[in-house]
Amino acid sequence: MDQGLRSELSKQGIFTSTLEELYNWGRRNSVWPLQFGLACCAIEMIATSMARFDLARFGAEVFRPSPRQADLMIVAGTVTKKMAPQVVRLYNQMPEPKYVIAMGACAISGGPFKQGYNVLKGIDRYIPVDVHIPGCPPRPEALLHAFMTLQRRIDSQKLTGANRARHLDPEAPSEFPVPEFGADDLEPAYNPQVWQPPTFVRDE
Amino acid sequence: METLEEIKGRIENEISGAIVEILPNDSPSNQRSLLIGAEHGFRVAAWLRDEPALRLDYLSNVTGVDWPEKVVKDKVKVKRVVEGEEKEIDQVMERRLGGFLEVVYHLYSMEHKHGPVVIRMRTGDRAEQTHLPSLTPVWRGAELQEREVFDLFGIVFDGHPDLRRILMWDSFQHHPMRRDYVEVDDYEYEPTPHDAVLAKARQHYPKEAKSE
Amino acid sequence: MSAVLDHPANQPSGGIISPERDGKYTVLAKTNSNGEVDGDLLEVSMGPHHPSTHGVFRMDVVLDGERIVKLKPVCGYLHRNHEKIAENVTYLGSIPYTDRLDYMCSMTNNWAYALSVEMLAGLCAPERAQYIRVITAEFTRLINHVCLVGFLAQDMGALGTPLMYAFREREKILDLFEALSGSRMMCNYMRFGGCRVDLSSGWIEEANHIVDRFPAFLDEYENLLTGNEILIARTQGVGVLKPDLAISASVTGPMLRACGVNYDIRKVDNYGIYDRFEFKIPLGSHGDVYDRYMVRLLEMRESLKILKCALRDIPEGPIMDPNAKIRNFKPKPGEAYGRIEGPKGELGFYLISDGGPNPYRYRVRPPSLINLTILEDMCLGQTVADSVAILGSVDIVLGEVDR
Ligand code: SF4
Repeated sequence: MDQGLRSELSKQGIFTSTLEELYNWGRRNSVWPLQFGLACCAIEMIATSMARFDLARFGAEVFRPSPRQADLMIVAGTVTKKMAPQVVRLYNQMPEPKYVIAMGACAISGGPFKQGYNVLKGIDRYIPVDVHIPGCPPRPEALLHAFMTLQRRIDSQKLTGANRARHLDPEAPSEFPVPEFGADDLEPAYNPQVWQPPTFVRDE
Repeated sequence: METLEEIKGRIENEISGAIVEILPNDSPSNQRSLLIGAEHGFRVAAWLRDEPALRLDYLSNVTGVDWPEKVVKDKVKVKRVVEGEEKEIDQVMERRLGGFLEVVYHLYSMEHKHGPVVIRMRTGDRAEQTHLPSLTPVWRGAELQEREVFDLFGIVFDGHPDLRRILMWDSFQHHPMRRDYVEVDDYEYEPTPHDAVLAKARQHYPKEAKSE
Repeated sequence: MSAVLDHPANQPSGGIISPERDGKYTVLAKTNSNGEVDGDLLEVSMGPHHPSTHGVFRMDVVLDGERIVKLKPVCGYLHRNHEKIAENVTYLGSIPYTDRLDYMCSMTNNWAYALSVEMLAGLCAPERAQYIRVITAEFTRLINHVCLVGFLAQDMGALGTPLMYAFREREKILDLFEALSGSRMMCNYMRFGGCRVDLSSGWIEEANHIVDRFPAFLDEYENLLTGNEILIARTQGVGVLKPDLAISASVTGPMLRACGVNYDIRKVDNYGIYDRFEFKIPLGSHGDVYDRYMVRLLEMRESLKILKCALRDIPEGPIMDPNAKIRNFKPKPGEAYGRIEGPKGELGFYLISDGGPNPYRYRVRPPSLINLTILEDMCLGQTVADSVAILGSVDIVLGEVDR
């Protein structure tokens, strides 16, 4: 709708909106995260939802223990290879539309424990991640910032057309294969549908 | 508390055939340890726990240590005739030391509030003779720790009630804390490279980058 | 004490077993050759994603109706290879990793590690550093215990409120830590031979302020919880642990003292300067969940006493041992095992040096893992809902259980 007409109407006390805006507004302000902590970052996640930082201001204080009721997975902490299949399974069990925040250096890349033999080098190898927050641990303010980023992202999602949101695209997968435990590593080591090792040339 | 020498003497008196050796420790902590032959390990442990003056009723810590095979070079003075004269020369002799796995137990007494007494047991080698007696029946506290040593070092504890992997998944085939364990290479991508990680990640970079 | 333990797994039957009063076990159900249970028993896997397992811990329980007849802890979901990594970095490089062991108590972890290295290399922290260590360690104990009580109440159904109170107090102490070290949780503050930076001006007043106000908070907290009928019903007589079993199973910390065993490493080893302070060791008498809860609450009050004295007596002076080398630090070959009384129990580090810049062997003695040894014994015969409370009262942090 034309902006000028809209402001003109609002002066007359008529409020107009589009379905898309309404839809995104609703989803944006009631993101329910999965109550799911992996490691140290989870403590900061809990701290964010407590009195001083008060995640409730963003409509996201309802931590759900069941993935079936959650919209957002905050991968807060180190994902080990032993835990990775469970994380993917939890993601698969969440209904669409669903979002993932990778919280902390560990969830992004393995972080300080990158050299560990049992540490997954980034959860984005198996599931798509919407927002990454660096930090070890990220401060609660950083998690709040990630929330706002996510909200902005939800706000800009289209309902129709080629750029429509992923969950509205029947072609886009909403479940991803769960890796299996192998004799010396997870099989497969990453999901090529979601993640490919970037090839780049570093000049030194 | 008695000195280690006294404890060693008493163990050898009480338990016939037990082999006990005192291992030195040069660091300022001066925590020396008793190396106990594996065959009598269980009886020695039970004795240490029940002996009224010692009463080491609390097993604090169980550690596995891997000592791979190594070659030691000693300098030996040899007398030899050089240019018609007898001289002492240094010669380097190589000795091959067999590898073994070791478990270290730190014992304390809650009753007398003394400790630590450190005891160790060694396996025959690192491949086949990796059996040691489990001390879980003596101190229940060893249960999870011995499972961990089994998982990460591959020492098999005979007599352990529930010897399974504890940290890694069951189908995992290696013992990752051993020093010769080579981890799988999953460093395809390294966003913030540093030292050792960078060296690993670099193997995945394209040729041109490597040659520079 | 008999030489062979009455452990369920030692029983010849190979079935599902339940304990009786005198410590014997009776067979409740047989397992078939595949290890599956017969009859109407139900196998439930709680975790690794379960809201009340304090992280990624799993309990495989077998239930007869509501009663637990078998429970196997499964861990390793947060096995981050701390020990292996520490053997590949320098002595100094492991300090940030120790922060992440038990991520509620980074200061005490730092201290335990620094203490072990000091024993290995023969260093000694100067007076002022010793005081700072005691102060930060006791603050850490406050954080840990207050949050644990919050989590325990949450596990028993008091959703949110007690935990909010706990985290409110925690934030105040974290502000102090942040002023001191630059980071809220992962302080990375102590060094072998002392501490990294000195206290900033005004820090002691700020700390005194918190210490003065803490008892009022504790009173309020206890008012809400301790006499609460539901809390009493859920905790008294639940998860009883006998003192001999506790000693044999190497249980330490508040868990052990709740069974009435007087063993606190602050008194036994007198490490640091703990012999200068007067404080009592609270002991329980029943060894149930309620005693564990009370012991922690009372310990906080004792910690406050220590803090008061330490903040009053702290001297001026250097904070690093002049002999300590930070760069190119290579202790002589040898080994050392140092331990402290962490908030969760005996936290020890065992280091073997071969003279190189990295430790040859680096081992953490994790109190949380070892306290889990007797989880099954405490839970057998109890209901599933109680197992959650019992696990909560053990006080585990997965970063330390799995390392
Ligand atoms: S990023 Fe740092 S704080 Fe977060 S889980 Fe990893 S190690 Fe812990």
